Amino acid sequence: MDSGTLFNVTTIAYFAAMVLFFAYIASKSNTVAFVATLTAFVGFLINTAALGMRWYESYQILGQDGRAPLTNLYESVVFFAWTIVLIYLLIDLKYKQRAVGAFVMPFALFSMLGAQMWLNAGIDPLVPALQSNWLTYHVITCFLGYAAFAVACGVSIMYLLKIGKEEKYQGDEPMAGILGLFPSCRVLDDMNYRAIMIGFPLLTLGIVTGAAWANYAWGTYWSWDPKETWSLIVWFLYAAFIHARFTRGWAGRRTAWLSIFGFAATIFCYMGVNLVLSGLHSYGGG
Amino acid sequence: MTETNTKPETTENHADKIWEFFCSLKLTVIILLLLSVLSIIGTVLQQNAPAAEYIKEYGQANYELFVNLQFIDMYHSWWFIGLLGLFSVNLICCSIKNFPRVWKFVREPVLIASPGVLKNSANRLEATSKEDKQQLADRLAVLLKKEFGTPQRSEKDGKLYLFAQKGIYSRFGAYATHLSILIIMAGAIIGNIWGYKAYVNIVEGTSTSQVWSRGGQVPIDLGFTVRCDDFDVSYYPNSRRPKDYNSDLVVLENGQEILRKRIEVNDPLTYKGITFYQSSYGSAGNAFFQIKITENATGKVMNIKAGQGQHIKLPGGYAFSVSDFTATGRFGPAARIHVNTPDGRHGTPFMVLKNFPDFDVKRGGKFSFSLIDYNEPQFTGLQVAKDPGVEIVWVGCLLMIFGSLTAFFFSHRRIWVCLEDAGGKTKIQVAANAHRNQPGFSLTFDDLKLKLEATIENKSSKKEG
Repeated sequence: MDSGTLFNVTTIAYFAAMVLFFAYIASKSNTVAFVATLTAFVGFLINTAALGMRWYESYQILGQDGRAPLTNLYESVVFFAWTIVLIYLLIDLKYKQRAVGAFVMPFALFSMLGAQMWLNAGIDPLVPALQSNWLTYHVITCFLGYAAFAVACGVSIMYLLKIGKEEKYQGDEPMAGILGLFPSCRVLDDMNYRAIMIGFPLLTLGIVTGAAWANYAWGTYWSWDPKETWSLIVWFLYAAFIHARFTRGWAGRRTAWLSIFGFAATIFCYMGVNLVLSGLHSYGGG
Repeated sequence: MTETNTKPETTENHADKIWEFFCSLKLTVIILLLLSVLSIIGTVLQQNAPAAEYIKEYGQANYELFVNLQFIDMYHSWWFIGLLGLFSVNLICCSIKNFPRVWKFVREPVLIASPGVLKNSANRLEATSKEDKQQLADRLAVLLKKEFGTPQRSEKDGKLYLFAQKGIYSRFGAYATHLSILIIMAGAIIGNIWGYKAYVNIVEGTSTSQVWSRGGQVPIDLGFTVRCDDFDVSYYPNSRRPKDYNSDLVVLENGQEILRKRIEVNDPLTYKGITFYQSSYGSAGNAFFQIKITENATGKVMNIKAGQGQHIKLPGGYAFSVSDFTATGRFGPAARIHVNTPDGRHGTPFMVLKNFPDFDVKRGGKFSFSLIDYNEPQFTGLQVAKDPGVEIVWVGCLLMIFGSLTAFFFSHRRIWVCLEDAGGKTKIQVAANAHRNQPGFSLTFDDLKLKLEATIENKSSKKEG
């Protein structure tokens, strides 16, 4: 089986997992929730196998010039889906709040669909600038960070959906309806912070490895190239988030919005810069 | 309070207010948001482009506005640097304000838990034992040493206290992160003042002791000489995509060879703090060809060395010239040649391929040509950088990574034990807390509880299962 087929199966599995998470919210059945999580996990395993297969294929096509599948937009997007599900499953292990899956799996699904539909899946040899081990460290740290921000964004959307109702709600019984299945806003806020706590050091590490590589390849660790600048914008936003959480008047709704803006900036840093702006990372656009 | 006291107090209030302003977290959040929004300008508007480009794109009036607002080099504008400066002041003030409180945990650990802590702590244990409190304390001290760190013993009002802690360093994670930002900024400033970014093109076989600063008109003296002995490009099979390009560089001082290295993209050469990066390459003038010519009528063979564009005489008044050349043609290296007749007429040009030496025989001309070899002089394009601040930046980066990991993932955990006589028995109270991640610590404390109970009863916790 080739990696293309495996990626297709991954997409189907993520789609099924998403639908099952929606079904869980509608049906409130714990069995459905379990099956949804299991489907997401199976999809993750297939995604892993697909990445491994593509790595192997690169050696078959390019001989000794084969490389880890982290070198162009297509490969990065399918890797992004993998990291999102990885971080989601890790956070699920701790919190076991299944409703969150309905708000995180769409990110993984859209990544896979986008890669399958619009991006060139060809395996090409690397230009000299990309032939460096720094590439691997840089890409892995950045995307694990991005994935944690994706989870935080999903959780923040849930928070904003719920907080208005929860503030008005009185009574000891759990809330009725769909929102009743959501974790309490206190838990959502905690999950949001946890996810960003994972993402922020990883983003920092991603920026530092990128700077180290740039310094090694070009002699400048920072040149205010659009990609670099946008990664710094993302860093500023999440730094603001971390501090806002301890600031009266900012904790709560505003931090949830910051988390969403942070992820929007992350996506622009990742996609928008390549598609709209130009710079040193333009060869990542293929 | 007398009238005279009021005045100094208001000035003090003003000073306090300014101080509070610079210390406030709200200011931090606002600065960070401003930095992120303002940074967008420079990613949308091209930076440091020639004036004509802005005028063409946005018009004269807008261009002047950009210049006045310093949008054209915004990351070095007074307002951006000023905002970074304010950010640093905010950082320093916050740290000065809060650091003494944290330092107190190190200097004056709370050795004796208050009754409130012992009663109300989320993680607590109460037990009684028939044993003497000194004996119990000895045993508990061994356990605490294993689980937390060497406990400190103290006595007050006939009660015996134990205190142990671990992870106190994690209280400094945030400060380390803040310090790291200042260190990185310091490194960047040092690099900007005492370093430079430059470039130089060296033709194969030649040397240079000067490089050109980006944007500068005056060359920079290296203080030594760099020679390029050879430059090579290799391509991926069946492709014009370059796989590698590299230059053999030699560093010379007073004519003496000091250092020799083959550099390539992602593998530079450094000497005396100056680093040379393989960046580009190009053709440096005309190529030379080794050509074998056979006069078809006589079978006479000539080996001729020809420069591109040079007219070279052949027997019988003929002449030829290589008018064009490519090293990366569809069929490999290819030269375009034409032959001039004795009366000076320009013959039809034809291709000669290095990889197919007999190809030209088929043309059936008076002479057959084969391209034996060629030498195309190239220059290697090097980026040259001197940055005495770069190590400081890396120190800052490492500190930032460890600082933020420490701040996020470790916590300061403390445990207090209080032993008191209570009617012939000993009453034991234990309380513990963590300054972060309380839910996680509760789980740890549940495990510890079992060990504490076992120690109090003087049993091995393992036997209890």
